[in-house]
Amino acid sequence: MTDQPIALDAVPASPAFAVAEPSPSQPSPRAPLERSLYGFVIRHSLPDQLRITAWTAVSLPFYYYSLDLPKTIINRAIQGKQFPAKLLGFELGQIPYLMVLCGIFLALVFINGGFKYYTNVLRGRLGERMLRRLRFELYHHILRFPLPHFRRTSPGEIIPMVTSEVEPLGGFIGDAFGLPAINIGLLATAVYFMFNQDPMLGLAAIALYPVQGFIIPKLQRKVNLLGKQRVRTIRSLADRIGESIGGIVEIRANDSARYQLADFAARLGRIYEIRYEIYQRKFFVKFLNNFLGQLTPFFFYSIGGYLVITGSLTAGALVAVLGAYKDLAGPWKELLDFYQLKEDSRIKYEQVVEQFEPAGMIDYALQLEEPAEIPPLTGTITVTNVAYVEEERRVLDAVSCAIALDTHVAVVGRAGSGKNELGMLLARLLVPSGGRITIGDADLNLLPFAVTGRRIAYVGPSAGLFSASLRDNLLFGLRHRPTGDATYDAAMRRQRDRALHEARRSGNIDLDLKADWTDYARAGATSEAALMARLIETLGITKLDEDVYRLGLRGRLDPKRRPEAAARLLEARRALADQLSENDMVRLIERFDPERYNTNATLGENLLFGTPVDTTFEADKLAQNPYMRSVLDQVGLTRDLVAMGLEVAETMAELFAELPADHEFWEQFSFIKADDLSDFKGILERNRQIGVDRLKPADRLRLLELPFKLIEPRHRLGLITDAIRERVLQARKVFADGLPADLAPKIEFFDVGRYNAAASLQENILFGSVAFGEAEAVNRVRELISEVLTELDLREIVIEVGLDYQIGSTGARLSPLQRQKVAIARAVLKQPDILILNEATASFDTPVEAEVTRRLRDECAGRCIIWVMSRASRARGFDRVVVFDQGRIVEQGRPADLGKPDSVFSALVTAE
Amino acid sequence: MSLKEEVELLRQIPLFAQIEPARLKLLAFTSERLSYEPGQVLCRQGDMGDAAYIVIEGTADVLVNSANGPITVATLGPNDFVGEIAILCDVPRTATVQAVSRLVVLRIAKELFFRLLSEFPSMAVTMLREIAHRLEVTTTQLRGSVAEVQALRLAHPS
Repeated sequence: MTDQPIALDAVPASPAFAVAEPSPSQPSPRAPLERSLYGFVIRHSLPDQLRITAWTAVSLPFYYYSLDLPKTIINRAIQGKQFPAKLLGFELGQIPYLMVLCGIFLALVFINGGFKYYTNVLRGRLGERMLRRLRFELYHHILRFPLPHFRRTSPGEIIPMVTSEVEPLGGFIGDAFGLPAINIGLLATAVYFMFNQDPMLGLAAIALYPVQGFIIPKLQRKVNLLGKQRVRTIRSLADRIGESIGGIVEIRANDSARYQLADFAARLGRIYEIRYEIYQRKFFVKFLNNFLGQLTPFFFYSIGGYLVITGSLTAGALVAVLGAYKDLAGPWKELLDFYQLKEDSRIKYEQVVEQFEPAGMIDYALQLEEPAEIPPLTGTITVTNVAYVEEERRVLDAVSCAIALDTHVAVVGRAGSGKNELGMLLARLLVPSGGRITIGDADLNLLPFAVTGRRIAYVGPSAGLFSASLRDNLLFGLRHRPTGDATYDAAMRRQRDRALHEARRSGNIDLDLKADWTDYARAGATSEAALMARLIETLGITKLDEDVYRLGLRGRLDPKRRPEAAARLLEARRALADQLSENDMVRLIERFDPERYNTNATLGENLLFGTPVDTTFEADKLAQNPYMRSVLDQVGLTRDLVAMGLEVAETMAELFAELPADHEFWEQFSFIKADDLSDFKGILERNRQIGVDRLKPADRLRLLELPFKLIEPRHRLGLITDAIRERVLQARKVFADGLPADLAPKIEFFDVGRYNAAASLQENILFGSVAFGEAEAVNRVRELISEVLTELDLREIVIEVGLDYQIGSTGARLSPLQRQKVAIARAVLKQPDILILNEATASFDTPVEAEVTRRLRDECAGRCIIWVMSRASRARGFDRVVVFDQGRIVEQGRPADLGKPDSVFSALVTAE
Repeated sequence: MSLKEEVELLRQIPLFAQIEPARLKLLAFTSERLSYEPGQVLCRQGDMGDAAYIVIEGTADVLVNSANGPITVATLGPNDFVGEIAILCDVPRTATVQAVSRLVVLRIAKELFFRLLSEFPSMAVTMLREIAHRLEVTTTQLRGSVAEVQALRLAHPS
């Protein structure tokens, strides 16, 4: 049994990796997935299975005795005549004897239950470990799939295999030995007990077992086949749903919903058919089982009764046998169910495993081997007679070229000429079908991935990003293995050790996710601060720094974690205020002042005078907040606000009465949603009839909410009078002074001398509202902020906050252009010896592309760039050009030498 | 200034004289009231237009680019209407408008402006009259310019 965990923090020469000359053709030192479920179970859990079985065996005598005891109680204690009876040397009368036996019976119940509990826990734990191991191995196999395999398999099929399909296997594996063992044991015990009572009755009890054992598997086989079919159909259903989600744009744009629905209905129909047939057959098996099971009692009553009547069997014995038979039926039924479960699990396992062993998987050792040293790649890339075949199509044929590792090479050609595949072959993403690629004197495809993945960078046409912060995505290319240990206190350490032990038990990788994985040296930095400086520099190459700066202004900073940064931003707040007054631009921003009503903020913001930390005081629900309501009541503002609400509602009803409900003005200008207008008309009507004071509380609340959104210079309704402002200020003070302790953490009050953790960087620097009605105010303020931050040398802090931006699943919260820029920055950051760009700038504007090209080439001066281009004219400045046509290199050399009018290169350039 | 005052102001403008007060109120409510500093530009010649402006307070110059730099072709004051050509014909701005003093305007978005024109034919007629009048003025100026150019040619035959 090779039950080793993947111990990567061991020395590189650990036995798992002691491969002198690893080659993809040699068998990997790690055996492939077991083909059969029991193979997998035996290989990884035999000792545990034996332990469970042993415990089960130990429990059997107790069980046997607990079966025998009722007979003793009836025959000797209740119906017995010879007293005092002897028990363990004591002489007991009938009643004490009965009580002692009953006491023993109770103790046995307890002991049997205890055994059951313990073995159940053991089985459950084993099942979970094995499930964990299986999932880990499956996932690891996915990471080793050859790239073209992903074109044939969809995530919709693979994901459910790892998540839901294998789930029941955990339960089964825990039971794989234990359950049949315990039930066979119980069955044997019960049968033995019966034979002891009467061989005839024993024979009767098991007479039908051979019949069941013969017929049931036969019937089951057909059910199994249907089960396989069902799994496949469900998988293709999952795939179909995945495809529909991916192609939702096409489905809408082509009005294809009906076709999709029909297709889906047909699939569901097939699943129904299969399921229905499974049910029919499965329940028939059940029916047959039950019938055969009930035949046995028939024998007992007839034969047993006959024997009792003729006097060759005591009534007590028959009762005990019937009792034992009841216990017999249990294990037998369990065994039959187990058989069905086993078959079901076997099919699931085999069907999953066969999907996870495609040909051409990446070698296990090459993937995880950690060489002691990773030398830089030097010399020349030599491509010798390389062919690449995909789906029986020859994509590349007889390709030979040499690329010195200090040159910048452009690869051009028409779409489908094979140029992209060359880029991927050089990045080792594809494996040549023939020929060799060597770097220096090493075969590219025999190097450990630790070398190629760190020394070669590849950026494809569409960036693959992960759901994490921008920073994590940029540092992705530097995180190959932990570079240090995480620090733990004693309690955490114990917890970590337990987790580690458990991971090893399940054959999972034992690297610590909490450790620092960032390889500073790879980025040419020695510390986190140096890396950050380097990162910001790298952002500049693709002009991503501007984007990140803007994200940073919208982001938040935790002043507790970064007090000095918060202090510097407060400096920016002061500097901005100075700038505004110096340049006579105070009109642009109305600063927050605890003693003054801020006319450019909403009435709600003026009441709160702070930033809500969570949803408790959020703007939309502020009017409903009980504490806010009590404050408004206290200062007598409620009635005025309801009256204002009435006026707002009336104005809205008048203004928007004739607009259709889908008109954009509703969205842009109205205080009331189009759908709610009729409600408000009702409230206004009731107000006219019974007066505002007699309106229902719900109506009053709806009115109360309206003025919270009022901004006088924007809405110009003339409702916020001086008197109202005065009272709002009063309410603001009451709100802050009386704020209960439990609500205090829910709000960050505006305080000119304090950094506001709940507000964005920009809001903190502004410390006020941008004025409405001042032309271009937003842009002018933005420019001013930028000036102030540059002057104070604070842009870096903003960019660092911007790097915390969560980019969403596959980077969906970034634009496609930004995603591509991130991918390029990520590649540059690891300072690769070879940078391969495979049409990586296709989404860039022409001037930006030219600028980025120039900067990238400056950055990688003296190192190798292989740039697969969509536009041949861009190749002119490169050291060398390789021209592809129909899978072959047709021209290569310096751009100047290829410029002849009849060359393919010239033709490509002219065609643009 | 409140919405009610703005409605009063709009009623003073001949273009809107025929429109009922409720409509004018919606126009005022959905339009932005903007202040410009002296020297700030409302719209630039050549840009695509998305709004028209009514001057409420202050003055602005209408400038047209020429070989010798921008020339002031008109000066706007309160109640003047500007910027409608570009949004009517979907052509780039024909002139630059620049604030001379502190300027307050009402900015009417293109969409709203079209809506008003289609709903109130009287407004369209007023607008037509206004534009015809401007064309008349422009043509007169052009005629004068052509005569001047010819006079100059006669005086300095090449």
